[in-house]
This record gives sequence, structure tokens and C-alpha cells, in this order.
Amino acid sequence: MLKFLFTVIRRDVLLAARRRGDWLTAQFFFVMVVSMFPLGIGPEPSMLRTIGPGVVWVAALLASLLSLDRLFADDYRDGTLEQMLMSPSPIALLTLGKAIAHWIINGIPLLLIAPLLGIQFNLPAEALWMLVLSLAIGTPILSLLGSIGAALTLGLRGGGALVTLLIMPLYVPALIFGAGAVEGVLSGTGSEAHLSLLGAFLMMSLLLAPWVSAMALKVSVE
Amino acid sequence: MNLYHYASPSTFYPLAGKLIPWFAALAFILTVVGLYIGFFVAPTDFQQGEGYRIIFIHVPAAWMSMFIYVVMAFWSAIGLAWNTRLSFVMARALAPTGAMFTFVALWTGALWGKPMWGAWWVWDARLTSELILLFLYVGVMALQAAIDDPRRADRAGALLNLVGVINVPIIYFSVTWWNTLHQGSSVSLTRAPSMAQTMLWGMLIMALAAWMYTIAVALSRARTLVLERERQTEWVRAQLEGQP
Repeated sequence: MLKFLFTVIRRDVLLAARRRGDWLTAQFFFVMVVSMFPLGIGPEPSMLRTIGPGVVWVAALLASLLSLDRLFADDYRDGTLEQMLMSPSPIALLTLGKAIAHWIINGIPLLLIAPLLGIQFNLPAEALWMLVLSLAIGTPILSLLGSIGAALTLGLRGGGALVTLLIMPLYVPALIFGAGAVEGVLSGTGSEAHLSLLGAFLMMSLLLAPWVSAMALKVSVE
Repeated sequence: MNLYHYASPSTFYPLAGKLIPWFAALAFILTVVGLYIGFFVAPTDFQQGEGYRIIFIHVPAAWMSMFIYVVMAFWSAIGLAWNTRLSFVMARALAPTGAMFTFVALWTGALWGKPMWGAWWVWDARLTSELILLFLYVGVMALQAAIDDPRRADRAGALLNLVGVINVPIIYFSVTWWNTLHQGSSVSLTRAPSMAQTMLWGMLIMALAAWMYTIAVALSRARTLVLERERQTEWVRAQLEGQP
């Protein structure tokens, strides 16, 4: 069971490592979206500090959505996915592995870039730590819930935009708790409650999402 | 009585055809009565003046928008569990009406908000969750519209619907958490309503009218869907030749 999970993760990470252009696109998209906000709103430091956490979080949602439509699509196109579905291991493990790989490929780089972007937005050091921490708990949620959308829209025309439409509303709690945690540090009200709720949401997504996206895959492929 | 008998499209189609006029008539009568009470019988609110009368449309629409999403999830779950074609048809037939009520609730909310809060739109918990509910409806309908194969469209939409219904309470909680700036709910089941009796009656009658309307519209939409999907079958031919 675990061996299967690790094989799926390792395979996807390897594939991404050999096609760097693909995953770098989402990372640069993240950086660019965040950098557009000061240009649109103005460089006033206090204003930037207020909107900073929200902007970084929204950009993280968008970047995660941008890379989602390829989660199953490549394997579907060349027939690998059907072979994988025929394996005796549970499909939920396959979708879990894919979601974890998506997080390793797209989520972890986000965590590493986020402090730099936070500095651009004039966030103090404690807020920067909280931003990384909240993203560390929150981005796996994005990958897990996103895998449901990717499975549902497999092989459809306009899949990318459609995934955004389906999944974005489901991201709302993660966005609120994640950006709220950073906001809590900035305003001095504390962020334990936000982080706990974000963690609870992660646990729930971890329990349900792989299973639902396995069902969605079956619906889409059969 | 055998429920499977009614789950068969060939039984459902004529039965729904007979029921629709009744529900439509009830919807019409109840709307007229409800609006009459709302606009002529109910007293003027001492704080909000005449402007409050929009609640006779706003509140039933908001109720229906949430309720229909749950009913859709119910049909989706039944469809996924027992593989009944008609359940998916019902879930699908309800979606546009639910989205319509959500939009009406938002729209009348904006109209109400302008005189009461001085702004068309306030980012408060209920407005925001209603907006996200609209997004959820749009998502389900967009997904169903993007898939050509009806079998896959039904199942994919049903799954998304179920994920949405699990998420709605979490979204609502998170949005309330995010902002708790709204006037408290004025109708609750636990405490006595703080509004005049006639106002409550007007609202309840309008809510019933919205129910009847929803049933009538959903049934007629379901009938069309059934007809479209069963077009190769014998009974559809018999039906259509029977009534030219």
C-alpha cells in the first residue's frame, strides 16, 4: 500500500523535475500576480502591509489552480491513467499520491518564495513566519481539493477555466483562515484559532478528498 | 405503493404532466395572496418604513436558494447510491431554479441594503455566503454543461454537488468568522419571532409559493430532460404520437 503511494509520488515528482518549464510557469505566475498589486494600488507601505497577506494567499490559490488541470491530464492522454486505475491498489491512494506530488512540486516552492514577496509588501518578520506556516498548512488543502476538480474535468474542453470555476468556491475557508492567521499577527490578536481551524480543514480534506476524487476519476474514465 | 414504479421515466413523464398545472396554479394563487398581505395588509415597520417590504421576496428567495441546494444534494446522493436515472434528472432540473433564487436573494438584498445600510453591497457574512452559494450553483451547472455524455455529466455534477454540500457549512462558518457584522436573524425556530404576525404570515405564504413554483418548474424541466434522454424508446414515441 505505502509502496504504491510512494511510487506514485516519486514518479510524478521525477516527471516534473525532468520538465522544469512546466512547473516553473506556475511559480513565476505566482510571483507576477503578487507583484502586479502594488503597481495597481500604489506603493504606500502601510496599505501594502494591510493587503499583503490576502494578496499572497489569493495568488497562491490561483497558482495552484493554474497547475491543476495537468494533474491527471497527461497520464490520461497517453493511456497511463487507465493502466493505473486497473492496478489492485485502491484508487484513493493514487489520487492521494498525485495530490501529494502536486503539493511537493507546486506547494513547497510557493512556501520558499512567499517570504520574499512578503518583504515586498513590507510585512514584519513574525508575519513572514506566519505567512510561511499558514501556507505550509494551507497549500496541501489546495492540492487535495483541487484533485477533485482535476478528476471531474478530465478530458473536457476548456478544462483549465472550468476547474477554476468548480474549485475556487471550495477554497474559501482555506483562504479566510490562512490569510486571517497572518492578519492576526499583524493586528496583534493572535493566530492560534485560525491555524487550528486551518489544520482541521486540512485533516478533513485529507480524509475525504482522495476518496471523492477517486470516485470522480472512475466517473470520468469509464 | 412501489417507489420504483414512480422512478421509471415512462411513469414519471405523464404523472409530472398531470401535476404541473396544479403546482403552477397553487404557486400563482399563493403569490397573489402573499403579495397582497405583504403590500397591503402588513403594517409599516417602525424602524425601516416601507422599504422593509422587500423581505416578502428576499427572505423566501434566500430560503429556497439554500434549500434547493440541499435537495439537489439529496437527489445526487440517491442517484449515486442506487443508480436511478430519474434522481439525476431531478438534481439537474433543480439547479437553474436554485441559481435563480440565489441571484434574486442577492439582488433584492442589494435593493434592501441601499436604504437600510446606505450601500448596495456590504461584505457581511450572509451576503458573502450567498454569493459563494451562487458560485457553487454556477460551478455545478458549468460542469454539467461542459460534458456531452449525459451519464458522465450526471455523475460528475452529483459528486461536485455533494462536495459542495459538505463544504457549505464550513464556508458559512468561515465567512461568519471572517465578519460578524450583520443584524441578527429575525425569524428563528427557537425563540418567538420579533416581527408582527401578519408580516410573518406574508413571508410564510410567499415561501410556500416559492416552493410550489420550484416544484412546477423543476418538474417541467425534468420532463423535458426525460424526453430528450429517452428519445429512442418506444414509450416516448407512443406518448408523442398520442398527443400530436
